[in-house]
Amino acid sequence: MTTDAPPPPGGKDLGPAQPTTEQFVEVQESAEFAELRRTYRSFAFPLTVAFILWYLLYVLLSNYAGGFMGAKLFGNINVAFVFGLAQFATTFLIAWFYARHAAEKLDPKADAIKSRMEADA
Amino acid sequence: MSNTTLQAVGLAAASDASEHRPLIITLFAAFVVATLFITVWAGRQTKDAADFYAGGRQFTGFQNGLAISGDYMSAASFLGIAGAIALFGYDGFLYSIGFLVAWLVALLLVAEPLRNSGRFTMGDVLAYRMRQRPVRTAAGTSTIVVSIFYLLAQMAGAGVLVSLLLGITSDAGKIAIVGLVGVLMILYVTIGGMKGTTWVQMVKAVLLIAGTLLITFLVLWKFNFNVSDLLGTAAEQSGKGAAFLEPGLKYGATGTSKLDFISLGIALVLGTAGLPHILIRFYTVPTARAARKSVIWAIGIIGAFYLMTIALGFGAAALVGPEEITASNKAGNTAAPLLALHIGGADSAGGAILLAVISAVAFATILAVVAGLTLASSSSFAHDIYANVIRKGQATEKEEVRAARWATVLIGIVSIALGAMARDLNVAGLVALAFAVAASANLPTILYSLFWKRFTTSGALWSIYGGLVSSVVLVLFSPVVSGKPSSMFPSVDFAWFPLENPGIVSIPLGFLLGWLGSLLSKEEPDKGKYAELEVKSLTGVAAH
Repeated sequence: MTTDAPPPPGGKDLGPAQPTTEQFVEVQESAEFAELRRTYRSFAFPLTVAFILWYLLYVLLSNYAGGFMGAKLFGNINVAFVFGLAQFATTFLIAWFYARHAAEKLDPKADAIKSRMEADA
Repeated sequence: MSNTTLQAVGLAAASDASEHRPLIITLFAAFVVATLFITVWAGRQTKDAADFYAGGRQFTGFQNGLAISGDYMSAASFLGIAGAIALFGYDGFLYSIGFLVAWLVALLLVAEPLRNSGRFTMGDVLAYRMRQRPVRTAAGTSTIVVSIFYLLAQMAGAGVLVSLLLGITSDAGKIAIVGLVGVLMILYVTIGGMKGTTWVQMVKAVLLIAGTLLITFLVLWKFNFNVSDLLGTAAEQSGKGAAFLEPGLKYGATGTSKLDFISLGIALVLGTAGLPHILIRFYTVPTARAARKSVIWAIGIIGAFYLMTIALGFGAAALVGPEEITASNKAGNTAAPLLALHIGGADSAGGAILLAVISAVAFATILAVVAGLTLASSSSFAHDIYANVIRKGQATEKEEVRAARWATVLIGIVSIALGAMARDLNVAGLVALAFAVAASANLPTILYSLFWKRFTTSGALWSIYGGLVSSVVLVLFSPVVSGKPSSMFPSVDFAWFPLENPGIVSIPLGFLLGWLGSLLSKEEPDKGKYAELEVKSLTGVAAH
């Protein structure tokens, strides 16, 4: 189960060189980082609130609006069914939407800060 | 998964199962041999702590997405949801939606920052800015409690379920099955570490998806791919008519049961991103970008699976019928295997083969999930509690991994013992409790740690212990434990909390306590550490 050779102290998983705390504070206070934080939060936070409310609406309608949810739309497919499938669809859509936002808007900003800090460290 | 009800083995499935026992056992054995082979192979490549805890961080986003799906889709969601739909119609489907939507919390708020700033456990991120020993102790406690509750439900269920599929009715037989599942999970984790566990989960995910796709295709084919016809026949066969296709059969009975459903829904959506066995999976990929990709894949795979449970559940209602399902198992847990038998032809070789395949998939499902849970609790014990609290950060990697392996053996033995003892209790409520603790104790602390600069050590301790204790206490005094025929201890009654799901009270309480604890404590938040955590979490600078 255990290996013969002792791993080097700390192992191979130390990660790249650590910048100092001062460097982290400096970056955190920079306009560039504020922009990255804003781009992330202004997208992720409202969207999280929105999908939780959208899900709660579905739960509440299932609980308290039986008549509406039971209304048949076509064949045996009723509103409740379509609403449930809509939850699947919005989940897939939001996941895709976030992935696109992250790749286009967040990754380049994060990479720029990261490579500069690691070069300085 | 309900235990007392699982006990009520009807003649139908038992006799079917014992006829097909040789084939089912052969497939079980094939899965065990294949996964043990993988485990030994993975164990040979497991050299240091990063290998043992994080599988060397070399999995791709797609591989990890598959493994996450394998870790998450438990027997409760495979057999339980199919059964709930087969018996309660639409209300069974409500479950799946909460389980899926929950992944957006993980995607948008947790996966990437966690991958960037932590190393092996949830505690790495929670304790980053705080005084190490108290917060590590709290994070380790909460991790172990959540994982053990979840594990116990799976173990107790596994014994009964596998016995049912094999047609074993004796007590000794059921205990032997629990023991076998426990020994296998100890072997997977101690030998293969995260690498072995990940491969077992990937294999299981592929088998589960393939099995459900096959049955879904056959069900839809039977109805000429007309979903409306399938639903209509299911409603007719259920004896409940149109109500079967509307919400309310399971949760709509009273005002209390409706409130209970809201409470459950909130816990499902907020709990997933606080489940330690899910969180540690994000450390198995090299970057935050790969962690994002893994969640996207997981959402696709899990979503597709839950969509197929519609065909499985309504298919079982339409083609097997509620009488036969409840005769076999009152909670409906054998609906999917029975559907496989019927759709392949009840008296034909096709039916026997399909039943065996679906039973083997259920067995694989149980094993992959219990391995993930054991790994999460033993790695948190070794990394958070042993290395950082008991040894104060002075343990070498080798000592840490050795502690993790011993912890695995210990947790395995304890859960075999508890699982065997609990086999006659209804432990279905434990999974919901695990989600409630994850949502009330873990999620508030994770979010405050990552996003709120004024969060302090006291705040973290208040939210973890407050969320943990309130959910456990509320469940202890709820109908889950006593006072109802379906309770864990039906013969006594000390329940004063009316809901089976504590989330509606304990989740807001966890958030509130984290906030209050930070405001009321005199300590100043560590600004430098928060700068480190925030910059790391958003950029991946100096990530492990």
